[in-house]
Amino acid sequence: MMIVNILGVALIALIVWWFWLYKPVRTVVDKSEIIIEVNGGVYSPASIQVPANQPFSLKFLREDQSPCSETLLIPSLDVSEQLKLGEITQINFTNLTPGEYVFHCQMQMYRGVLLVVEENKS
Amino acid sequence: MNKLAKEPTAPLTQELIIEGANCGSCVNKIEKALRNVQGVKDVEMNFAMRTVAISGTANISPLIKAIEAVGYKAKLNKQNSDNDLFDAKEIADQQYSEQLIRQMWIALGLGLPLMIYSVFGGAMTVETVLERSVWLSIGLVCLGIMYFSGKHFYISAWRSFLNHNANMDTLIALGTGTAWIYSMVVVTFPTVLPEMARHVYFEATAMIIGLINLGLALELKARGRTSEAIKRLVGLQPKTARVIRGEKEIDILIEQVIVDDILRVRPGEKIPVDGLVTQGYTSIDESMLTGEPMPVEKNEEDEVVAGTLNKSGSIQFRATRIGKDTALAQIIGMVKRAQNSKPPIGRLADTISAYFVPVIMIISIVSALLWLNFGPDPSLAFAVVSATTVLIIACPCALGLATPMSVMVGVGKAAEAGVLIRNGEALQASSKITAMILDKTGTITEGAPKVTDVIVVDNHYTENYILKVAASLESASEHPLAQAIVESAIEQGIDPEMVTSFHSIAGYGVKATFNNQKLLFGNHKLMLKNLIALNGYVAKAQELAAEAKTPMYLCINNKLAAIIAVADPIKADSIGAIQRLKNNNIRVVMLTGDNRATANAVAKKVGIDEVYSEVPPEEKAKKVEELQRQSEIVGMTGDGINDAPALALANVGFAIGTGTDVAIESADITLMRGSLHGLVDAISISKATLRNVKQNLFGAFIYNAAGVPFAAGIFYPFFGVLLNPVIAGVAMALSSLTVVTNANRLRLFKAQKR
Repeated sequence: MMIVNILGVALIALIVWWFWLYKPVRTVVDKSEIIIEVNGGVYSPASIQVPANQPFSLKFLREDQSPCSETLLIPSLDVSEQLKLGEITQINFTNLTPGEYVFHCQMQMYRGVLLVVEENKS
Repeated sequence: MNKLAKEPTAPLTQELIIEGANCGSCVNKIEKALRNVQGVKDVEMNFAMRTVAISGTANISPLIKAIEAVGYKAKLNKQNSDNDLFDAKEIADQQYSEQLIRQMWIALGLGLPLMIYSVFGGAMTVETVLERSVWLSIGLVCLGIMYFSGKHFYISAWRSFLNHNANMDTLIALGTGTAWIYSMVVVTFPTVLPEMARHVYFEATAMIIGLINLGLALELKARGRTSEAIKRLVGLQPKTARVIRGEKEIDILIEQVIVDDILRVRPGEKIPVDGLVTQGYTSIDESMLTGEPMPVEKNEEDEVVAGTLNKSGSIQFRATRIGKDTALAQIIGMVKRAQNSKPPIGRLADTISAYFVPVIMIISIVSALLWLNFGPDPSLAFAVVSATTVLIIACPCALGLATPMSVMVGVGKAAEAGVLIRNGEALQASSKITAMILDKTGTITEGAPKVTDVIVVDNHYTENYILKVAASLESASEHPLAQAIVESAIEQGIDPEMVTSFHSIAGYGVKATFNNQKLLFGNHKLMLKNLIALNGYVAKAQELAAEAKTPMYLCINNKLAAIIAVADPIKADSIGAIQRLKNNNIRVVMLTGDNRATANAVAKKVGIDEVYSEVPPEEKAKKVEELQRQSEIVGMTGDGINDAPALALANVGFAIGTGTDVAIESADITLMRGSLHGLVDAISISKATLRNVKQNLFGAFIYNAAGVPFAAGIFYPFFGVLLNPVIAGVAMALSSLTVVTNANRLRLFKAQKR
């Protein structure tokens, strides 16, 4: 019984670490655009780093039929786009100030983050 | 492609998307190839965009062939109009829904008989070899069903997991997976489990997958209805337009219309793009955009707006705004953005849903551990059931959908009534307004003054002559009241003439010479300044002022000749709308730059008790601040131009529009119709929406807060009941459906009768 309890607690610790404490690997974008696949409940890549003060575009390719994946929101940038199934929806940015911009679906089940950093620091 | 584009005689610009062009030199090759096609006038390639614009009368297919001949691919750049987007979405949703229903039937095909069997006392245990092999084959069938009907849950769960993310699919996958794996262990290695715990739960796995698919399909349908309003707006845009090219009139796709095209619209047709009438006269129904039921008369030089309906005459007009620039497209864009924005009340739910799924997983483990440690026999079976049920019953969806669904319907509903709500914050704030400041001119009144009285004092002159003199004088002035006098004169067939030595004396009036007569025209102060005897006419002027009219004295050769009164008529429905505001327990305040007498008179007529007159535009914002200091939630309604600072400072700024002229930048809420009823409608819709959001959030919170402990078995020690995982599946499927359905109730919202 003791072992089971320890296993259970370890599992809880694992959940906490995996979902909350773990910092995801960032995809650093050096080109002017990146394709983000929307499929199976996730954006991939979901964590994107781009240099500041440089025009670039996010291209969302929605392959997921679930209605949850339909709307893409970047609240801090006032972006709200409907993603068309099987096609790329392009969102252009010209001059983003450094910072973290979270993007997600209407219900926040799909989540991603756009990190804009000063060129020299990256 | 389409029949219409094959009309060979039309000079027009078409745009092709080029595929496979990777180098700068391709540009020349492509342009050259296109120029050789018959009918091509000009070719210009945009290399960065990989598009090429071709003007001329060429057909589309030889163009594509020409490009293919030099080794590239091309297709017509049909801008993804919103119309297509919705059509495509509807088809995709329909297909997905059919697929879900199919998957549901297959899952229920196994789950239902098994469940009926178990309900009617069938043995769900594994003792004999025969039972083992039967259950083993059922388990394998169940695995097949999990693959066929539930694949999407497992894939999504796994991919999310790899991304350090968890969603609703994670819960479903874990719940059904746990039940299946446990059952398989029972079947394959029964001896590792205590005898009493050897119970299979294949029916739960199959049923839950089936039910959740059903829930998703129903939710998809209900969700479709929430976007009905925007769909209706999008549907207003016609797909083709009739352009006049030289002598010919041809129908082309709306995407091919360019600015400055001359278009023809016949009675009963919709206006395809925004433009100015160049020929003809008609009346146009703009109710679909403004909510204004009366058709609007259109003459040459008048603006027509895409999506509105031409009623009576055939007109020609010049396209001024096309595609995404039309008022309709901008309204659609704004409504869409607003529909997806969240009022602050929804933020808590967002924060919670970000942590929700892992927390539920932890609760599920804790619950299993508690059963294992303290539960009665068979504790392992209890642990598995409670862990599964917790995973299944928890519904992050209901929480996540609560706000967006209602906002979607509410904002759409408002748009139908001619009320454009900028975002969720404006929606929430306007539901709480306690005080409403109304600007007078253009808000309560028409904003277009008219001459109401001409009182001739000196009988040497006729009324016509007085008007002629006044109009001649004022035609040189830029004062808004001057315009009213000039227009009234012209209406009566009197043409203003030139005056000489014109002087405008700010704050007093004007003076000039006309027919060798020295003229003075202005207010009481002007007369005093020039020592003109007014005799008994001051009282008459005051009388006019008390009727909300502005009296002006006309003096010819230093003698009072006439009093002309100008008034800005009150909008017909202002009184009713202000009464409705008061019925909503809103403190109504009138603010105006006009003089006190006029202001008071207007206020009295419309039933406003609190009036601030002679407030210069820059001080209007201060009044807003003053009310806010009295802890009022202040709404400010104005024309959106002069009142911009006050609108911006108010908790909610309402810009009252004139028809389809969408001056929306400075305002939180734009009323496309001039009527103040729109204001009350906006507040009522906001209130109804917020109420709906609260119901949804409350429902979702309570559901999860009650369902999860129940599923964990909190009632077992007291009542001996433990939730069945299948019931949890039903509850979970119903919970998000309930939220969407409740949001759909808002569609039935009707503004109060006027």
